[in-house]
Amino acid sequence: MSADQGKVMALDEAIRSYVKDGCHISIGGFTLSRNPMAAVYEIIRQRIRGLHCYAHSNGTGVDELVGGGCISKLEIAYGGNAKSAPTCIRFKTAIQRGEIRFEDYTNYQMALRFHAGAMGVPFITTRSSFGTDIVNKWGFSKEMREKDPKIPDNKLVVLDNPFGNWGNASKVILIPAINPDVTIIHVQKADKFGTCRMMGLAYADVDQAKAARNVIVTCEELVDSEELRAQPEFNQIPFIHVSAVVPIPFGAYPTACYRYYDYDPQYLSQHSVFAKNDKLYREYLDKFIFSVKDHQGLLDLVGKVQLEKIKADPRTGYATGLDRK
Amino acid sequence: MNYTLREMMTIMAAREISDGDIVFCGTGISLVAAMAAKYITAPNSIIFFETGAIDSQLEEIPMSVADPRVMYSAASNGGLLEAFATMQNRITGDRVIGILGAAQIDKYGNLNSTAIGDYFMPVTRFSGSGGACDVASFVPRCLIFMQHEKRKFPKKVDYLTSPGYLDGPGTREKAGLMPGGPTAVITNLGLMRFDEETKEMYLAHYYPGTTPQKILENMEFEVDITRATEATPPTENELKILREKVDPQKLIL
Repeated sequence: MSADQGKVMALDEAIRSYVKDGCHISIGGFTLSRNPMAAVYEIIRQRIRGLHCYAHSNGTGVDELVGGGCISKLEIAYGGNAKSAPTCIRFKTAIQRGEIRFEDYTNYQMALRFHAGAMGVPFITTRSSFGTDIVNKWGFSKEMREKDPKIPDNKLVVLDNPFGNWGNASKVILIPAINPDVTIIHVQKADKFGTCRMMGLAYADVDQAKAARNVIVTCEELVDSEELRAQPEFNQIPFIHVSAVVPIPFGAYPTACYRYYDYDPQYLSQHSVFAKNDKLYREYLDKFIFSVKDHQGLLDLVGKVQLEKIKADPRTGYATGLDRK
Repeated sequence: MNYTLREMMTIMAAREISDGDIVFCGTGISLVAAMAAKYITAPNSIIFFETGAIDSQLEEIPMSVADPRVMYSAASNGGLLEAFATMQNRITGDRVIGILGAAQIDKYGNLNSTAIGDYFMPVTRFSGSGGACDVASFVPRCLIFMQHEKRKFPKKVDYLTSPGYLDGPGTREKAGLMPGGPTAVITNLGLMRFDEETKEMYLAHYYPGTTPQKILENMEFEVDITRATEATPPTENELKILREKVDPQKLIL
């Protein structure tokens, strides 16, 4: 890697370097927005196996990773993806068939767990989920936890407030930090060293990145550092956290990238038809992922006409009037 | 004027929202109800989403809480931490009303949106909590949308995803939860509330064309029907708002 090039890499090289069989991973975005889909498809294409994945509501991307056979353990708050898949279909199928180990949390808990990881504290507290099965039912047994140094020995712990009734709380729930081996996010703009500018909602991307040992950033546009540094208050992630930068236009497709393009309702509803049938889903993976060289290959199959339809309106940041039925 | 059951449900929920409420919304019918309330009962209510968008200007109906449509012209676009802190924080949290849905509900308003059957090898797996358990834990008032079917109103939920009144009076507080809990359950047949003393669900209103008896036939547990009255159907004006302003593309209704 030369100084000139900064951390810019080809996607296949970045995935090969940082996403290994069995590693602990998280991806950015939320349901059908700003998922790092190009990277997800490359992980599937490279047939990486045994991933331990951490997700709040990382709908489209996590469902494809499950369907692609890449994930064996999943800690998750929400496996749903809007109208086309109220419950993500490959996620649902994998759980009902006992194909993956899984454990349920809440969205706030997962966001806080990444935050604790980014802060470097072992756990953080919340007042969510007392008296529920989220506390009572563990997806990973005590025995399994104790054997695996990369998983904490407890799921969630209820503790009497050590500060008495301070904060009007008699008890708190302790939730363990997450520090993934790698986090992959897709952003609107980045420079070659990895400083990121996201537009619209950031979800939990910043903490997911800061908690991770390595971070792969894919971006719509690779821009000069001067452009980002002219308004540093609009940058969320400084380059020190980032290992690799990969410019990929439409890198979140078929999910949305605010101010660039909308989600593709046609692709997502077609996808849910394929996902409901093992044979059709295998054919889908073959056609859209394994038979093409890279993300551009998938975009070529979708075609320019469709991509033009989802282009964002500069006023609203989405494709105004898009047919979403 | 003719109306559909979904329109009836939407209006029943919209009428529960007060002016000045901060409304935690999912998508689908819960969002349509919150949008309708802004035109009917609560022009100064504020819609916000767990993804971090606050007071979004919803020119089009978002299909997900992460839809770029929630980002347009919001007061601020934050992230998950900010959104949930808005509810856990008592200063703003006490103004929040949540709208949730579930696969199962019991007589104390405890919800299951995770799995039917055994958790580890479920007959049917659902999406899981998402932010639902957080909302149900934090906010003083919640509306819950349900379909009235026996299997969806069981004596005991298969998995307790989001807390209602747990095992009855005082048990929320004993477990460590903030006070609060569900205020109304809105179904395709009627509206249920929770008794102030016993915290048990009772039938408050049944829709025109149905009877309290028919509602009981669609539940595994019994509820008190002695307080039930017939619900007022949507007015012409309410229907006009739904059809012309809230969901003209007919994406939800």
